Amino acid sequence: MDYIWAFLIGGAICVVGQILIDKTKLTSARILVFFVVAGVFLGGIGLYPRLVEFAGAGASVPILGFGNHLARGVMEEINSMGFIGILTGGIKAAAAGIMAAVLFSFLAALVFEPKAK
Amino acid sequence: MLKRYGGQTVLFTKPVGIMAAASVVGPKEGEGPLGTQFDRVEKDPMFGAESWEKAESEFVKTAADVAVKKSGAVMDDFEYIIAGDLLNQSTGSIFGLRDTKRPYLGIFGACSAMGEGMSLGAMLVDGGFASKVLCLASSHFCSAEKQFRFPLEFGAQRPQTSTWTVTGAAAVALGSIASGPAVMGCTTGKMVDMGVKDAHNMGAAMAGAAADTIAAHFVDTGRSPDYYDAIITGDLGYVGQELLLQLMKKKGHDITHKHRDCGIEIFDKDTQDTHSGGSGCACSGVVFAAHFLEKIKRGDINKVLFVPTGALMSPTSVQQGESIPGIAHGVVIENV
Amino acid sequence: MNVSKKEYEVMVKKASPNSRLAANCARAFVVGGAICAFGQMLYAIFGALGASRDMQGMLVAVTLIFLAALVTGLGKYDDLVKFAGAGASVPITGFANAVAAPAIEFKKEGYIMGVGAKMFLIAGPVIVYGTLASMVVGLIYYFVR
Repeated sequence: MDYIWAFLIGGAICVVGQILIDKTKLTSARILVFFVVAGVFLGGIGLYPRLVEFAGAGASVPILGFGNHLARGVMEEINSMGFIGILTGGIKAAAAGIMAAVLFSFLAALVFEPKAK
Repeated sequence: MLKRYGGQTVLFTKPVGIMAAASVVGPKEGEGPLGTQFDRVEKDPMFGAESWEKAESEFVKTAADVAVKKSGAVMDDFEYIIAGDLLNQSTGSIFGLRDTKRPYLGIFGACSAMGEGMSLGAMLVDGGFASKVLCLASSHFCSAEKQFRFPLEFGAQRPQTSTWTVTGAAAVALGSIASGPAVMGCTTGKMVDMGVKDAHNMGAAMAGAAADTIAAHFVDTGRSPDYYDAIITGDLGYVGQELLLQLMKKKGHDITHKHRDCGIEIFDKDTQDTHSGGSGCACSGVVFAAHFLEKIKRGDINKVLFVPTGALMSPTSVQQGESIPGIAHGVVIENV
Repeated sequence: MNVSKKEYEVMVKKASPNSRLAANCARAFVVGGAICAFGQMLYAIFGALGASRDMQGMLVAVTLIFLAALVTGLGKYDDLVKFAGAGASVPITGFANAVAAPAIEFKKEGYIMGVGAKMFLIAGPVIVYGTLASMVVGLIYYFVR
């Protein structure tokens, strides 16, 4: 059942993205920004965590989930560190994702050449 | 005697011969409907070089060599080389031609470069300033994507209105000939901005300029579409062609049966996934050199108005919200 | 006769084929859903290996980013996006593709000004606006919690 909900909700989120791309002529790069910011605010008001609870990877794998993760990170950091947590919480939560992207992209650049299309 | 007619046109008293033309293209172009007609299809899009930009220069260099060889002359016989491409600071042309040791004039007219170069070259010859001029235009899908859109491996869906940049280079050697195709005159285009801001719809951005130049040519010369066997635009694609035909009708000329577009000819949109057609400086150049010029030589068509089209934009101008001015340069080519 | 920019806009709209929304959405749904279901499977695997709930999330993200960078390097991720559109752009794998693609493309300009400087050419805004948004949320949370 977990898999079905992950598939359905994850698929549905992507359909929203597709409609935005086709209807607004926004590039997929802009859609990523839009979704991550939306994820932060949906996480901030506590709505997105409920979706994650329900859909698992269906909600956490889309980039919205990354935004939600940042929101959770900043709020937890404020709880433990106080005001300075506003500055450190988001980027701390994002650290694993960013560093993984940096590391694997760097390695990819070492190994691969761009290919003609 | 003044050779100027009307606002934008010059007609030469003595035809400027097309001694030879060369087309060198990449693999995708080689797989297209005109694949067998190009002088050379290079199977490696990197052309043995280390980067897309260097590859584009290799295409330029090879096209220049092939055209010079076909003309029967040697590089030192050419008093001028005129070349243009799409890359910043004409990277494709410059590094492809730096070893030619010939007087070099670099031009920018976006994808209209072939028309601009041939116009200037023919005027230089007709003016008595040169006996032979070599005109080149080049583009490369990968270097153009890198500069104008996204890195190649980045995933993005291309809208149906988008065009596919042609990989290749074309060279046309102008001089004197006994008989055959010759440049008879040219109509230099004005920048026409129809307010199009969508960089994925360059056919729409350029159609207005093409219509403006073609109509101006008829006004300046007193000719009508009937005078020509074909009116050949550069890279309007399917979207731009439809708009051009509509605009021409509004201007009182029906060119539906005369019109051809190099961007439509070069790819098969059903099997090659090129959406609205081909584009890029090389598009009009290689299709003219490989396909239409040969048709003129065979006498299938005798009088042609060749109108390479360009979208005058940069990533910066688009990001700053500027609309895209179009330009189109008409070159009259006839069998003499 | 001259055509005004307004009239021309109407002509352009008519002449320009629309993207095939229904088919695009169907493909985005299937591929996007499949990537998420695969993520769900990774959760299960890392869970079975004894990772905590928080650790599972991080490991899933890192694994997906690794796979996306690999597929990007092999020159296939752009094909996946061409087919699936947002179905492949919106998952975290799309973010990884946006980082890996410029890193590979710009290595010709060297490891400092190419790979290093251009790596976040496309995905940089995701970090910038994601973290800024988290500060806004944090600021509000600090005062209303």
